[in-house]
Amino acid sequence: MASKLTTSNAAGWAFALPGFGLICLFIVVPFFLAFALSLTNQRLISPNPTEYVGFANYKSLLSLAVITLEPERDEAGEIVRAEDGTLVYPRVRTITRNPDFPEYRGMREWFRWHSGDNARVVVAADVVFMKALVNTLTFALVIAPGQGGLALLLALLINQRLRGINIFRTIYFMPVVVSIVVVSLLWRFIYDGNDGLLNNILSSLTFGLFEPIDWLGRTDTALGSIIAMSIWQAVGFHMVIWLAGLQTISPTLYEVAQIEGASKWQTFRYVTWPGLRNTAVLVLIVITMQAFALFAQIDVMTNGGPLDSTQTLVFQAVERGYGKQDISGGSTISVVLFLIVLTISLIQRYLTRERS
Amino acid sequence: MAVVSQDNRGLRLAVRYLVLALVAIVFMFPLVFMIISSLKPTQQLLSDTASMRAFLPVGDISLDNYFAAFARAPVELFVFNSILITVITVSASIFLCSLAAFSFVYLNWRGSGLVLSIALATLIIPFETIAIPLLLFVSRLPWIGMNGIEIGWLNTYHVQIIPWIADALTIFLFVQYFKDLPGELVEAARAEGASWWQIYRKVVMPLSGPVLATAAILKSLKMYNEQYLWPLIVVQDEAHRPIMVGLGYFFQLDVAWGEVMAYLSVITVPVLVFYLVLQRAFIASIASTGVKG
Amino acid sequence: MRKLPRIATALVATLSLSPAALAATELSMWYHGAGNEVESKLINQIVSDFNASQSDWTVTIESFPQESYNDSVVAAALAGNLPDIIDVDGPVMPNWAWSGYMQPLPIDESEIADFLPGTIGRWDGKLYSVGLWDAAVATVTRRSTLEKFDIRVPTLDQPWTAEEFDAALMKIKDSGEFDYAIDLGMAWTGEWYPYAFSPFLQSFGGDIVDRSTYQSAEGVLNGDAALAFGEWWQSLFTRELTPGTSQDPADRETGFLEGRYAIQWNGNWAAVPMLEAYDDVLFLPAPDFGNGSTIGAASWQFGISASSQHPDGAAAFIKFALQDKYMAAFSDGIGLIPPTPQSAAMTEKYNEGGPLEVFYGLSKAQALVRPVTPGYVVAAKVFEKALADIANGADVADTLDAAVDEINADIEKNGGYGH
Repeated sequence: MASKLTTSNAAGWAFALPGFGLICLFIVVPFFLAFALSLTNQRLISPNPTEYVGFANYKSLLSLAVITLEPERDEAGEIVRAEDGTLVYPRVRTITRNPDFPEYRGMREWFRWHSGDNARVVVAADVVFMKALVNTLTFALVIAPGQGGLALLLALLINQRLRGINIFRTIYFMPVVVSIVVVSLLWRFIYDGNDGLLNNILSSLTFGLFEPIDWLGRTDTALGSIIAMSIWQAVGFHMVIWLAGLQTISPTLYEVAQIEGASKWQTFRYVTWPGLRNTAVLVLIVITMQAFALFAQIDVMTNGGPLDSTQTLVFQAVERGYGKQDISGGSTISVVLFLIVLTISLIQRYLTRERS
Repeated sequence: MAVVSQDNRGLRLAVRYLVLALVAIVFMFPLVFMIISSLKPTQQLLSDTASMRAFLPVGDISLDNYFAAFARAPVELFVFNSILITVITVSASIFLCSLAAFSFVYLNWRGSGLVLSIALATLIIPFETIAIPLLLFVSRLPWIGMNGIEIGWLNTYHVQIIPWIADALTIFLFVQYFKDLPGELVEAARAEGASWWQIYRKVVMPLSGPVLATAAILKSLKMYNEQYLWPLIVVQDEAHRPIMVGLGYFFQLDVAWGEVMAYLSVITVPVLVFYLVLQRAFIASIASTGVKG
Repeated sequence: MRKLPRIATALVATLSLSPAALAATELSMWYHGAGNEVESKLINQIVSDFNASQSDWTVTIESFPQESYNDSVVAAALAGNLPDIIDVDGPVMPNWAWSGYMQPLPIDESEIADFLPGTIGRWDGKLYSVGLWDAAVATVTRRSTLEKFDIRVPTLDQPWTAEEFDAALMKIKDSGEFDYAIDLGMAWTGEWYPYAFSPFLQSFGGDIVDRSTYQSAEGVLNGDAALAFGEWWQSLFTRELTPGTSQDPADRETGFLEGRYAIQWNGNWAAVPMLEAYDDVLFLPAPDFGNGSTIGAASWQFGISASSQHPDGAAAFIKFALQDKYMAAFSDGIGLIPPTPQSAAMTEKYNEGGPLEVFYGLSKAQALVRPVTPGYVVAAKVFEKALADIANGADVADTLDAAVDEINADIEKNGGYGH
């Protein structure tokens, strides 16, 4: 662009400064404050002086170790087996609470696997954080393709020439304009284990064969339920973005495909999909960013339970910073989260860069 | 294959509409449940969830929950506050963010790339994680008000507005849009001696209808629907509380769910109506940002 | 005759337009009752009575939704924006006092001599807060239910033993007549858990934190007594004697009233609808698991913020509020326990022979305050999560160990919390 050849520093700054200044004041500065707090032992409220503690907070958040447990043996040195034939291992607490092993003090079992007769136990200084990390990544990994794909299906469904199609489009989009807090409150009724709406609908669809499920109360369904609801709320938004992408594809391309005798799938694969590439990148990035900020649904619906199966990073940051008055610990999670998302967006940008 | 009988075509059409309608039900039923429930006494509302009655206006139907909700909390005040905060923030936001985006795209100045990168990086900072440092910060900021200079922004409207005006997403939307506008227009105007402000005002903005609408809509939803944690910690007087904080009034130990549903309906219906009235522009505008990628 | 004082009040009110009254100093006050009509009316009545009764002070009140009240106060304290008078939940008070945003309450001890212990908040040997009521929890059931299953009616002197209690629950469960034998209220997340369930742990011989030093939870929250408690606690859920953590709040509200739960562990504030639903409802003491039957004490109380420039005015208001008639009014209005024998006598339900008199007895005889330490706020959250996790099937010893580690780490990070 020709205008780029002339520098206009004064005007440039003058135009950018109000907006950028506000961002600096109200986002960048507090973020650096949070980073500074993560290097101290600052409490939310306390008469004690603040001390610099270096990376101690990061250490107590991220420390991991592997302990090898040998199976219990009886006096003769034979391996003891439980009634069902499984090996018996000493409890992890005999090590983590043992003064002989100060390096494992305060750590807890995260998960274990077996190699030969030995069990290898991964212990973490902060198991709840680790679970929150895994849940958040799971949420992002499922929701990015899941929501994006479903939105595309809906867009294809709605991209037909039918009388009244606008009404359906309007309805599909409706949950987007409703507050996520309102949505979460309503879905608590839907997921209720006893006489919830979902159980009631499934049971009438199967003529009573369906056994009611306590959707939010089971470790194997809670996160999935929250994912499903989150998709329900936001999918309309991405449907519309896809729809716009679909409508930019020239109709002549479809005509050519038809003349060539392409099947529906081939048409989608070779005409529709390439035309949607840019859109796909946008949808993917936006969904991923939003996924990492998962908080309101958890706060309203599960508080991270049952058994930490719905803990997330932002929920933990808030729970520690406010609930447990540990502002330095909460800030540490914030910084770690920022670094993770930054890394992922850089990778996404690299993978989706325009190859020229 | 080539000839499709009339019957067959009718059947296909029926199937299409059936699929569309089933999907529509999936997207509608929680909202229908909300509005229907708001008309029922709490006891009935709760027992009705065990059957399809949950979606039907049957039994003891009245507006009592609405009267009770308005008696329990100054609902109209909360809705007014939220709308006021939303309108001012959104107006200021689209102005300042489009101005900044204009500068990033059209003006050539030292450091613009770095500044834009910093601004965009803030996109990935969840607000919850910086709320406390921000609270400490705004509680010490000066403000020139009716009584001269005051220290501290707590318990005001502006504390709920100013920190939210500039955000990376809005700037990002404008940047993406401006990049695809024909640059020749700007060059031509520049050659004719127009100032940057005139170009922004007379050339670029008149072409930016779709992105303006998108940015305004996204920002409005965020401001109206999601303001909870921040007002909770910076506003202690009832006079400035927004709708999401008002929700707390209804969660006593024994929750009056009928009133909760009424309150949820009252705060949701304005957005729904706003959306239904403007839905064409709404969807058209959001769609236009997708084209860019 | 009764009209006279009223006329006098009216005169005072009229006179208060004179310059002397205009000089009345304004005192701000925060209260947790937003959205609760009865409570708001009662507290507003006290405020307007106080303002009319003298001309030195004018109290203005700001109400907050209870669920976010503590967050609001903490945020305001951070920002240096507290009012003169705050109300504070009893067990949280030491945290606020230690953190330096409350100051001792200049009220003479003689004024509160006959108050229930749960209504008085002390920290570091000083009086910080006083409440207009206490709350108590009881085992609620119907006489007819107990008779039907041939279960002994326990008394304050002879509560159920652990075995008796367990046998009773199993008997009820095996009959299949109820959805659950007992409802503990797992739906009420938050402070309910430590308030309602830590007394069980204490009755087993454990505690949330070692009260002799307040420096560690090792051995008390994960010792043998605590492990026994944990196993028992988990068995309530594995044996399906009680609804779990995903209990619907609505069921908590209506389950006992509709006869789906045989027994309910519930507070006195829920007693009125029970009395209306059944004519043979019983409010019974907690079971004795070996170390005596005990319940939690302390509810909301009034105190003065550290930043208040007018502690004398704030104290004057609090003293004014501590009149028998107001305490009786709160009790009549929302079913709370009046703090003194005189105020109890004035109430409809806690007077001698009243239907809820038993709660006054419970409160007096066996109420134990939650650990009096600034660390309670964090310990309570840790305890809540541990109980929820154990209820959901987590390993008892590991969970309690983890809770101990977290509580101890917190105490250490806070330099021992000033004990």
